[in-house]
Amino acid sequence: MKRSVWNRWNACWLGLIIVCYGLLSILISTGIMNNIYVTVLMGIGINIILAVSLNLIIGITGQFSLGHAGFMCIGAYASGVMMKQFSSSITGVLLGMLIGMLISAVVALLVAGPTLRLKGDYLAIATLGFGEIIRIVVLNLDITNGAAGLILQKVVNWPIIYLFVVLSLVIVVNFGISAKGRACLAIREDEVAAEAMGINTTKYKIEAFVIGAIIASVAGSLYAGSFYVIKPDMFTFTKSIDILVIVVFGGMGSVTGSVIAATAIGFINIFLQQFAEIRMIAYGLALVCIMIFRPGGLLSTKEFTFTGLWKWMKKRRVKA
Amino acid sequence: MTQFLQQLINGLSLGSIYALIALGYTMVYGIIKLINFAHGDIYMLGAYVGFIVTAQLGLGLIPALLIAMATCAVIGVLIERIAYKPLRNATRIAALITAIGVSYFIEASTQRIMGTGIKTYPSILQNQTFMIGDVRISMQQIFIFAVTILLMLILQYVVQKTKIGRSMRAVSVDPDAARLMGINVDATISYTFAIGSALAGAAGVLVGLYYNSISPLMGVVPGVKAFIAAVFGGIGIIPGAMFGGFFIGIVETLVSGYGSSLYKDAVVYLILIIILIVKPTGLLGKNEKEKV
Repeated sequence: MKRSVWNRWNACWLGLIIVCYGLLSILISTGIMNNIYVTVLMGIGINIILAVSLNLIIGITGQFSLGHAGFMCIGAYASGVMMKQFSSSITGVLLGMLIGMLISAVVALLVAGPTLRLKGDYLAIATLGFGEIIRIVVLNLDITNGAAGLILQKVVNWPIIYLFVVLSLVIVVNFGISAKGRACLAIREDEVAAEAMGINTTKYKIEAFVIGAIIASVAGSLYAGSFYVIKPDMFTFTKSIDILVIVVFGGMGSVTGSVIAATAIGFINIFLQQFAEIRMIAYGLALVCIMIFRPGGLLSTKEFTFTGLWKWMKKRRVKA
Repeated sequence: MTQFLQQLINGLSLGSIYALIALGYTMVYGIIKLINFAHGDIYMLGAYVGFIVTAQLGLGLIPALLIAMATCAVIGVLIERIAYKPLRNATRIAALITAIGVSYFIEASTQRIMGTGIKTYPSILQNQTFMIGDVRISMQQIFIFAVTILLMLILQYVVQKTKIGRSMRAVSVDPDAARLMGINVDATISYTFAIGSALAGAAGVLVGLYYNSISPLMGVVPGVKAFIAAVFGGIGIIPGAMFGGFFIGIVETLVSGYGSSLYKDAVVYLILIIILIVKPTGLLGKNEKEKV
């Protein structure tokens, strides 16, 4: 059965997107959300993009990557350098974003080819190594201004980030429910069995990895355009773990979970700002406890869908 | 030539430290197939225990070494019992994330208790240098090398000749079969963590002695490099970890001596990636067929 794109579920999604946008713009224009909250919101948006792209690799395809910050670094510096060299405006950011996406895709292909043949832990360490190599290269280039980093202007505003959040969600969710996504899920569940069923495991793993890397690079570009400063030591292995924490909290394999977790952690961080060390202790403990007591995270692999909501409501009505 | 020999000596002392950490990685991986990400932080804790014993309690180097090893062994076993044991049958990714969580917890707690800044190690050994031809060797380097070799000999004895060692080897080959033969698998895993952590603790004290400064995040990079050393030699293989540690240490010093010290980390990661692509089982590893 072939369904049209213009069915009522997609209309519901479109409605939700517009309602969220309207709500945010009312909150911001009436001053209920001040500038500090807008900045927090932009940070959350970028974290959602990062978490969702990592979720595509870890949650949906089951490949453990610890080098995600490296791709974010590529995007951030591509946009940063374009803003410095070409024009310090949104055009510069977008142009840099395109270049960053291109570089990320090439690097991800180079990384993925050999390393995705490795399993689990080895893959984690290899991607960690690649992420660090990217950072060290950026640290030693002239155009990136070494360890001091780049000081930039703020040219990205929150509607742009909102747009990209929506775009990346649409891409990842649709990838997840496409035939390719199903193949990736099969690889996550059992690689050997998937291979026996005729799935070209290497091909799908590489595809997921490259898409994830490109989206992460977009997040990096947006970051460069929003937060004034980019430095190589922002993109260490710790940053990769921060993204991983969001994905694990939300549930590996659940895009909805990543969105909720990124939002929740973003707001929790405001309140814990004075207690930076305690925050890290809590993160560490939370990771261990989640893995022991609720290994699926907040939502496990469940997703929020309007079809699901409809069914749930119908069931309640039948009961009543 | 003199410079090369000099770099070689420096590389050997750095390599000793990597080798000691790598041994713990390799033993733990060999027995429960877990990359113990917190291992680098246990090494850091060893350095801090050594610091407290020498600088604040005023004891000598040998007591510092022994106390640090004992403390780290206890902490290692505690981590294993609390965090890793409930996950023995979970997926590898779950175990790896737990290990990352433990590592975060240890780092942040140390920052909270000891402060985020750098602490200066007291210089316990006299700053004496010996000249062999034109090559200088410091007292510290000799001490580091001697302690490392001694610990490795003891480890070889324990693993090859004692009952604990025999059960460790049995569990690493097949835990279920080992259990059927009457080996206490849980106790054996705990012993493995204790021994590996004690070696990391010793490495921590030695590095404090060598570089004179320690910080709560000092374990992260050496931890990863020691892991690379373990992979290079063939993970799960004890002589492989020793060899890999020395190799990585020497390569790193040679790169910073002849090339740029900024690229020394990149070269180490590159070695890892090359070895993973060319021979994922490591230099001394045997190829294993995947069982379904």
